[in-house]
Amino acid sequence: MIETATILTDLQEKFGVESVAPETTRDGIPTFWTPRGKVRDVLSHLKTSISDPYRMLYDLTAIDERVRKHRDGQPPSDYTLVYHLLSLGRNEYIRIKVPLQADSLNVDTITGLWPNANWLEREVWDMFGVEFDGHPHLTRILMPKSWVGHPLRKDHPARATEMGPFRLPEEKKEAEQEALRFDPEEWGMERAGEDSDFIFLNVGPQHPGTHGVLRIVVQLDGEEIVDCVPEIGFHHRGAEKMGERQSWHTFIPYTDRIDYLAGVMNNLAYLTAYEKLSGITVPPRAQVIRVMLAELFRIISHLVWYGTFAQDLGQLSPVFFTFNDRERAFGIIEAICGARMHPNWFRIGGVAQDLPKGWDGMIKDFIKYFPPRLVEYDKEIMRNRIFKARTQGVGAYESADQAIEWGVTGPNLRACGLEWDFRKKQPYSSYEQFEFDIPIAQHGDCYDRAVVRVEEMRQSLRIIEQCVKNMPEGAYKSLEELSAPPLKDPYTMHDIETLITHFLGVSWGPVTPPGEALGAIEATKGNNGYYLVSDGNTVSYRTRIRTPSFVNMQTLPILCRGLMVADLLAILGSIDFVLADIDR
Amino acid sequence: MNEAIIHVITVLGVLFVVLNIAAGLIWVERRLLALWQDRYGPNRVGPFGLLQVAADTVKLFFKEDWIPPFADKAVFVLAPAIVMLTALMSFTMIPVAPGIQISDLNIGLLFVLGMSSLGVYSVVLGGWASDNKYALLGGLRAAAQMLSYEVFMGLSLMGVVLLAGSFRLSAIVDAQRHMWFVVPQFLGFVLFMIAGVAETRRLPFDIPEAESELVAGFHSEYSGMKFGMFFVGEYVGVVLISVLITVLFFGGWLGPGLVPIAWFLIKVFAFIGLFILLRASLPRPRFDQLMSWGWKLMLPLALCNLVVTGAIVMATRR
Repeated sequence: MIETATILTDLQEKFGVESVAPETTRDGIPTFWTPRGKVRDVLSHLKTSISDPYRMLYDLTAIDERVRKHRDGQPPSDYTLVYHLLSLGRNEYIRIKVPLQADSLNVDTITGLWPNANWLEREVWDMFGVEFDGHPHLTRILMPKSWVGHPLRKDHPARATEMGPFRLPEEKKEAEQEALRFDPEEWGMERAGEDSDFIFLNVGPQHPGTHGVLRIVVQLDGEEIVDCVPEIGFHHRGAEKMGERQSWHTFIPYTDRIDYLAGVMNNLAYLTAYEKLSGITVPPRAQVIRVMLAELFRIISHLVWYGTFAQDLGQLSPVFFTFNDRERAFGIIEAICGARMHPNWFRIGGVAQDLPKGWDGMIKDFIKYFPPRLVEYDKEIMRNRIFKARTQGVGAYESADQAIEWGVTGPNLRACGLEWDFRKKQPYSSYEQFEFDIPIAQHGDCYDRAVVRVEEMRQSLRIIEQCVKNMPEGAYKSLEELSAPPLKDPYTMHDIETLITHFLGVSWGPVTPPGEALGAIEATKGNNGYYLVSDGNTVSYRTRIRTPSFVNMQTLPILCRGLMVADLLAILGSIDFVLADIDR
Repeated sequence: MNEAIIHVITVLGVLFVVLNIAAGLIWVERRLLALWQDRYGPNRVGPFGLLQVAADTVKLFFKEDWIPPFADKAVFVLAPAIVMLTALMSFTMIPVAPGIQISDLNIGLLFVLGMSSLGVYSVVLGGWASDNKYALLGGLRAAAQMLSYEVFMGLSLMGVVLLAGSFRLSAIVDAQRHMWFVVPQFLGFVLFMIAGVAETRRLPFDIPEAESELVAGFHSEYSGMKFGMFFVGEYVGVVLISVLITVLFFGGWLGPGLVPIAWFLIKVFAFIGLFILLRASLPRPRFDQLMSWGWKLMLPLALCNLVVTGAIVMATRR
């Protein structure tokens, strides 16, 4: 709060009292409204001129405010732009909001301030139709070029049944295919260099090395990469739009499928935000169960990355070994949750059920079994000379500063030598009680990213071990009013009133008080954050999902320029992304 | 007359055995890889999945044999034939056992090297004729790989030739009665082995194909039996290199106790196993790394080997 006051005075001194209006939000993040004419200067000031500046553009999104009812203390607007910045020095976020009216939906671009604003602004344009003046290439990013309308506007249909049947006559098919043809001029690319013509190679959308439907158009001079354009959106399923339709509780299974390798880790990110919004306290046992399962999924996700990374570099065997180990870990997940990849196990205020009998035995076995396997992988992969030759010095971020400029978090940032882990810096779900180290590496190249992830698996195992040793007794779910679905004991089944309350609690789920909150966690691939806006209803008014894969993928061109095609695959393997996590 | 019949039988016999071993290798490789990778591999068709190869071959024959409309048709069709032809021609020189050899030319080794060099053209031409960017990149890589590896492949064998005093393969085997050439020519063996892997375009040197990078590289556009030719051609190549290593460095059919042909086959299969083990364990270097390795390390080593061997041979003969 003191921080908020100082920043407020500072900003008001600089830009005038009427230009910076504070707002109180439920997550306690300093929030200021600023008119669209001033926003670039305000952001620039926050990035460069203050002490411990906000150097990372954490997220940029918008809200269609036109049908929102509860807007106490907010200036009127049809749309609101929301900028989230993160200061590593202060270890604090700041939120800048810009009111926009429907008749003048434009604002200055900040691509000159932060390079990662490029994709974020494109997404806002794509989803809301807000124009960014001076943006170098303001085109659709997630939706196809031919799409009509802006999907996250409230008047855009959310269900297929509202849109009429889909037909694909021959002319339309031709037109759609033609729209996919890559036009180098559109991207400001030359077709020929000084003494050679360039090849424009489509890597994807169907390609064995892209780990999903991702298209990268590579501009090649021989085999050397001049530049590349990642094209995303093939895996876009409108998770954010679904968030506005599903009740708070029934959205949880959708989160499982965002980063589909990390299972309950997604639940945790969503619930961290939701529990901030609704003020629920999670019982200690549930918190530790959450930590244990999340760390198990970190290992599971990293195992997939480990094997496939080696496979990208031509090593055939590791992927089978790591998938076998993953299978063992899934055995535990299955025993506890009943499902494997998408357990949908966390609930608002706790977890779905208590741990089953004998859960600790399985985990203890795994804790014994897994470390020798990691040693074996070290010999097989990390210490392999060819592997080193392919990854060391390849695809490096210039520095941790560059990574921060691009919004990179997680293992990729730690590989640049910065010890930054949200589990330590902004502990959630009782992580402050655990002892573990933050592995880092120095060069920020493909090899170092691998080093960090491999060590992270060991640290995750340490955390899991502590969970087993110190699992608290008590409730596995909060009894508070908003926790959902409500437990039968002790409130319900006594009379018709309690029965109806329970019925509503299960079918509608909680009616959440108006407000907004950002909740972010250290997911497997970096910072995964949910920004939730409630309008006092049973569904979210706006669900914004900030995913690490999106950020990582945007940095691909700077990592691979000047390298070879083979290096592109090494980089793709090493930055670790999931297509569903990019496109949502 | 009698001699002619025996000759025809030998030719057909060698052809039959080579093609069957090559096709059978597909099964052997898949089962061995599976064994090393903690899984089962093909085990459904016939006993131990042995008939998998037959099933696959039948499938390949019935696949649509599609030639892309944008391809250079003549070259496109010719390319897979070259790979089979050159690999099979090399086998005419191989002394399997005393008396079992199709032709014992006095320049046998040169003929084999020449044929295997020609084989690379199939990859380059196939990549070129497909008129596909991935295939083109694969073909380019194959050409680069050929340039770097052909040179020291030949040189690495000259030590053997010096010691045996002949290019005739049966003479080379005979010269190993007292000691296998792998002992005095260990360096030559290692160099030839590496070049041989590169020659057959197998992991870790499957750079022209490089599935995770170039989809299927030079044969991206091939389907049906034309693809099958490349596929089997690769295995014929594996058999050929294993056979050459056996003949040149491990005394061919020589060995105590068993019949000569048994020794020959045991040794060949040991090296085939080694090839598969390599594939199971190593990642793939980048092609510029492979080239600089070839030119800067392998070639000088091969030259040193040649010079030192030559000097020793000169000194001992006086």
